Amino acid sequence: MTLRLRLLLAFGFLSIVTAVAVAGAGYVRARDAIVQRAQDTAVVEITNRVEELYPLSPRPPTTAVLERIAGRVSGRTDAAIAYGNGQSAGSMSPEMITPELRALVESGRVGWQRVAHGDSVWLVVGMQLRITPTEPSGIEVYVVRPFTSESEFVSELAFNAWLIGSAGLLLALALGFLAARGVLRPVRALQLAAWKLGQGDLTARVPVRGRDELASVATTFNSTASSLEHHVGQLRRMEADARRFVADVSHELRTPLAAMTAVTDVLDAETAALPGVAGQAARLVNRETQNLTRLVNDLIEVTRFDSGTAALAPDDVDVAEVVLSCLRLRGYLTKVTASLPSGIRARLDPRRLDVIVANLVGNALRHGAPPVHVTLSVADGHVVIRVADSGEGLPDEVLPHVFARFYKADSARGRSEGSGLGLAIAWENARLHGGTLDAANRPEGGAVFTLRLPLGGEL
Amino acid sequence: MPRVLLIEDDEAVREGLSLALTYQGHTVDAVRTGEEGLELLANAAPDVVVLDLMLPGVDGFEVCRRIRASGDLPIIMLTARNDDIDVVAGLEAGADDYVAKPAQPRVLEARIRAVLRRATGSVTEVVAERHGDLTIDRDGLVVSRHGRPVALAPTELRLLLELSSSPGRVMSRQQLLQSVWDQGYLGDSRLVDACVQRLRSKIEDDPAAPRYVQTVRGFGYRFGPL
Repeated sequence: MTLRLRLLLAFGFLSIVTAVAVAGAGYVRARDAIVQRAQDTAVVEITNRVEELYPLSPRPPTTAVLERIAGRVSGRTDAAIAYGNGQSAGSMSPEMITPELRALVESGRVGWQRVAHGDSVWLVVGMQLRITPTEPSGIEVYVVRPFTSESEFVSELAFNAWLIGSAGLLLALALGFLAARGVLRPVRALQLAAWKLGQGDLTARVPVRGRDELASVATTFNSTASSLEHHVGQLRRMEADARRFVADVSHELRTPLAAMTAVTDVLDAETAALPGVAGQAARLVNRETQNLTRLVNDLIEVTRFDSGTAALAPDDVDVAEVVLSCLRLRGYLTKVTASLPSGIRARLDPRRLDVIVANLVGNALRHGAPPVHVTLSVADGHVVIRVADSGEGLPDEVLPHVFARFYKADSARGRSEGSGLGLAIAWENARLHGGTLDAANRPEGGAVFTLRLPLGGEL
Repeated sequence: MPRVLLIEDDEAVREGLSLALTYQGHTVDAVRTGEEGLELLANAAPDVVVLDLMLPGVDGFEVCRRIRASGDLPIIMLTARNDDIDVVAGLEAGADDYVAKPAQPRVLEARIRAVLRRATGSVTEVVAERHGDLTIDRDGLVVSRHGRPVALAPTELRLLLELSSSPGRVMSRQQLLQSVWDQGYLGDSRLVDACVQRLRSKIEDDPAAPRYVQTVRGFGYRFGPL
C-alpha cells in the first residue's frame, strides 16, 4: 500500500469517526428532545380534554355517549375513538391501535405510541376514563394526531447531519491529499535524485525545504552525493591522467621508432655483409625494433579505445573473403582448418575484423594446440565467427581475465610473442562494432573464442 | 627512378626516411617545413610528395590543398597518430593515400609505386569514349566535360578509368582498392569514398545526385548506367 493511500485512508477514517460522533450524537439528542416535547404536549393536551369530561355518569355508556366522548376528546384537528361496554364509537380507524398500546391502556396507565399509517406518522394516545379519580369507568379513549411536521423536522435534521458529515469527509480527504502531497513531494524528489545518482549522474541533488525530518534527510543525501562526486571525480582524474600518460609516452616513443623503423630494411639488407658478432647484434636490434614498434602501435591503439577516438570505417563486405584473406596473408591457411560459407555479407570495418581474426587465430596457434578450426555462420542478425583449438583449454581462474591487458596466463612465462594486448584489442574492436567476444572451454576439450558482430546496415 | 619530395619536421624521421628511400633508388629532396616544400616544388619538379601532417607553420593539410590546387602531383601523407580525423581531413584535402607512422619503408615504397603507376592505355580502338556529357580519352588520359578538359588528380583519373572501363558493373571498395591503390582487402575503404567525393565534385552536374559514379548500397560503386 502506498504512503499516499495510507494517509488518505487514515484521514478518511478519522473524519468518519468524528462526523459520526458529532453529527450522530447531536442528531439523536435533538431528535429525542423534539419527539419527547411533542409527545408530552400531546399527552398533556389530550389529558386536559379528557378531564374536562369529568364527572362521568356511572352508568354503562351507550353508543351515543361514546360518540359524544370521542367528539369532545378529538378536538378540532385530531381523530378519536372511545371503547366501553363492548361498543366503540369515533372517527379514528381502530387498526391504528396496536395490541401493545391497548395492553398498556388496559393496565390503567396513559399510553402513547408513534405509528406509521399510510404515508404519514401519527401519534396515538390512549387512556382510561374514570368516574372519580380512583374509580375506573370502563371507557377507554384513543386519540390520534398527525406527527408529520415533527418527523419531517427530524428527517431534515438527519439529512443535515449526513450532509455535514459528508462535507466533513470530503474536506478531510482533500486535506489528507494535500498533506500527502506535501510529504510525498520531497520523498519523490529524493527518489528521483537517488535514481539519477544510481544512473551515474553524480550532480543529482535535492532541494532542501524547511527544517523537518525530510529536510534533514535531503541534506544528508546531498552531502553524501557531493562527497561521492568528489571522490569519483578524483578517481576519474587519476585514471585519465594515467591514461594520458600512457598515450603521451606511446606517442613520444613513436617518433624515434619511426626513424629507426625507416632504416630497418637498409640494415636488414646489409647485415648479411657484416661479420659475425656485429651482424648478430644488428639483427637483434632490427628484430627488437620491430617488436617495439608492434608494442607501441598496440599501445596507441588501446589508448585510442580508451579515449573514445577509435572509429569504424565500415564497408559492405563478404565476411568469408575477409577472414580468408586474413588467414592467407599471415600464412595461417596451412595451419588451421576453416569452414567459411561464402555469400554472408555484412557491413563492418574489414581492417578491424582482420585484426580480431588474426589475434584470435594467432593466440590459438600460440597457446592452444592444433587442430585449430575457424567457422563462420549467421545467427540472430549477427555474424558469428568461432575460433576453436584442441589444447588443454583455459583454466577457470584465467577465463575472466583472458581479455585483460598484458594478462599472462602463466606467470612463469616471460615475454610472449605477442604484445600482450592482442586479445584486449580484439575485444575492444568487437565492442566498437556493437558486438561481443567471448572465451569458453569446449566440452570436448580446448578453448573456443566466439565473435558476434551485428550484420549491420545501420553503421 | 622517381624523385620524391619529403616534407617532415622531425630530423631523425626525415633522415631515416631519406636514407631508406635513397637506398631504394629514389632521388629524395627532404625539407623541414611546408613553406620550404612549396618553394622547392617549383624548382625540383618531384614526381611524388610524401607529406607529414603535423608541421610547424603551414600545416600538412594546407600544404596538401595548395599542391592540389596547383597541379595533379600525387600526395602520400604520413599520419603520426593514425587518427581517423587526420586521415579523413587529409583525404578531403586531396591526398591520394596515407601511411601511418612508424612507416615500414617497404610499405611506403609500395604506396609510392602505386600512386606513380600510370594509368595504362586502353586496348580499344575508340580513341575517345563518350558517356553523356563526359568524354574519356584513354590514350591521352584526358577527361573532358561539355568539351572542356577536367583537371583530375592521378588517383581520381585512375578511379574514373577503372569504373568507366565496364559501365554498369558494380565494383566493391575492395576491388577498387586493389585495382586503383594496389592495396588488398586491408586497404582503408575511406580512400575510395573520399576519392569518389572529389571525383564527383569535378565531373557531376549535381554531386548530391550523381549520374556517372553511382553508389550501390551494400556493394560499392558503379559507372552509370546513364
